Amino acid sequence: MAEAKPLDGRSLVRRRAGLRLWLSAGWLALLCAVALLAPWIAPKDPLAQDLFLGRLPPFWVQGAEPGYWLGTDSLGRDVLSRIIHGARVALTVALVAGTITCLVGASLGLIAGFLRGWVDLVISRLIDIWMAFPPVLFSILLIAVLGPGLLSIIIAIVVIDWTRFARVVRAEAMAQGAMDYVASARVAGRGRLGTMVREILPNVLPTIVVLLTLEMGIAVIVEAILSFVNLSISTDDPTWGGMISEGRTSVHQAWWVLVFPLITLFLTVLAFSQLGEGLKDRYDPVLR
Amino acid sequence: MPILRILLVRLLTTAITLAGVAVIVFFVIRVVPGNPIAMMLPPGATEEDIARLSALYGLDKPLIAQFGIWVSGVLQGDFGTSITTRQPVLDLVLGRLPATLELSIMALVMAMILGGAAALTGTRYRGGRTEGAIDVANGMALSVPDFLWGLVLILLFGVLVPVFHISGRVTPSLDLPFTTNFYLFESLLRLRFDLWADIVAHMFMPALALAIPLAAIIGQLLKQSLKETMNLDYVTLARTKGYGETRVILREALRNAALPTLTLVGVQFTFLIGGTVIIERLFSYEGLGNMAIDAVINRDLPLIQGIVILFAVIFTAVNLIVDLLYTVLNPRLRHG
Repeated sequence: MAEAKPLDGRSLVRRRAGLRLWLSAGWLALLCAVALLAPWIAPKDPLAQDLFLGRLPPFWVQGAEPGYWLGTDSLGRDVLSRIIHGARVALTVALVAGTITCLVGASLGLIAGFLRGWVDLVISRLIDIWMAFPPVLFSILLIAVLGPGLLSIIIAIVVIDWTRFARVVRAEAMAQGAMDYVASARVAGRGRLGTMVREILPNVLPTIVVLLTLEMGIAVIVEAILSFVNLSISTDDPTWGGMISEGRTSVHQAWWVLVFPLITLFLTVLAFSQLGEGLKDRYDPVLR
Repeated sequence: MPILRILLVRLLTTAITLAGVAVIVFFVIRVVPGNPIAMMLPPGATEEDIARLSALYGLDKPLIAQFGIWVSGVLQGDFGTSITTRQPVLDLVLGRLPATLELSIMALVMAMILGGAAALTGTRYRGGRTEGAIDVANGMALSVPDFLWGLVLILLFGVLVPVFHISGRVTPSLDLPFTTNFYLFESLLRLRFDLWADIVAHMFMPALALAIPLAAIIGQLLKQSLKETMNLDYVTLARTKGYGETRVILREALRNAALPTLTLVGVQFTFLIGGTVIIERLFSYEGLGNMAIDAVINRDLPLIQGIVILFAVIFTAVNLIVDLLYTVLNPRLRHG
């Protein structure tokens, strides 16, 4: 990549992209640490209710109670501790649902794009059908079928979002399949499966990694949306979406119940997406 | 001839897609636990009551037979009866559709204005700080989905500086003289600007939340193709004629740069419509999406089916129209 450098300030753009990558990775690493250490670093029990301590404001506002840094919700539960414990659910969903969705979607896309023929026809038609569903409504419907719970959320995300991977990977596998190196591999005696896994997959991998990062951010949002409509985990367990849902109803009386989980969720989604974009700029020639 | 063929193929695949949606939604929601009939009867109803009511809604027949009855009804325009409200599904759905359409179209217009302004400003001051700032704002807007923007807007303009309404479609105490459910449109036609202002104050935030991510996409794409167009010979020619930069962008470049963006807007518009489901919930806006979530919570199977099918029809119709427009507008495909 020979570049005409200083003219368009590309080095500046690159430096900014690097900063973006490090900032988002840093936030996500911090979040992982917090999630892992939640029981030890959360100042209070996230489930402990105390009606005498309901709707306490955060520490810098008058009427705050020491120890409840970010205030309490209407049932007197500590907002900070609930955010810390909520990180566990959010990150579990992001990692597990994101990875499974990626495996399912990318495999189907790879198979469709490389094998072509009737397999591709069936998978493409399925993608079309999936794209005709409003995704949020589809996920709510699936949770109604599966019943609330962490596992249901993960299944719902996989069932709905596999098309995101399948579409892109299919197109990319098709483009790669038409290239000379694939033909030479076949001539050299590689089987179809071997060609697909050993030749095409490595070339599609950067694209898949970027999509995976973006998908993790989407998974966090889906969990929050499902908690928001009260279909996620049991209502007692702390989730960011559940806290936001409660905060939305009492926003005029206790803004902090909405604001702090919202900031956390916002930064996390932003971090996943900026990490994906940063990786894309750096390593992925396809999506760029 | 090619256009006719493309049209036929597209109509066929659209039909297959819709049939697929119908099959999936019908059988998926039949797995939902909880008997809707038992839920609608008062406590203390006998087994016999439940059986009688089930027969009334056709829920006592085998699944395949139920599916056949539903499909033949749908093909004749009969979507069944809602279990919770006992009204025809079609009436309920069509009653709510205008609210969702108005919201989606308002959001689309906002997205085009915001995105267009960002692209034009970015192109006009390309290479400088202004363009950098616009790129950063675009990146942010794109990374965060409508649901979160809605919450941010509620905090900003509903709580911090309360200028807009955060829930509902219109102030409930107002007396509405409307005969259709297109409130925004009809209030204008009747020259009731007081009502129109109230409706806009309700729709502004949900529409903006839906518009922000789309505006970012429009802004990015349009700016990119504008910048490419600015290097073409005919634009240079216009410059040598002595036209100012702003005029060159607006009069010469924009027309050619708009086509690739427009085709993408179509697909993105279906995503925006899908987003209305949660945004309507967030802002307690009485549209289709809000009704859909209630229908799922109440296990109102015929209503869920009707709404999902309607959404699927809208999505595929938008995609079909965009494909056809693209074929008609793009000379290479037309003669290809």
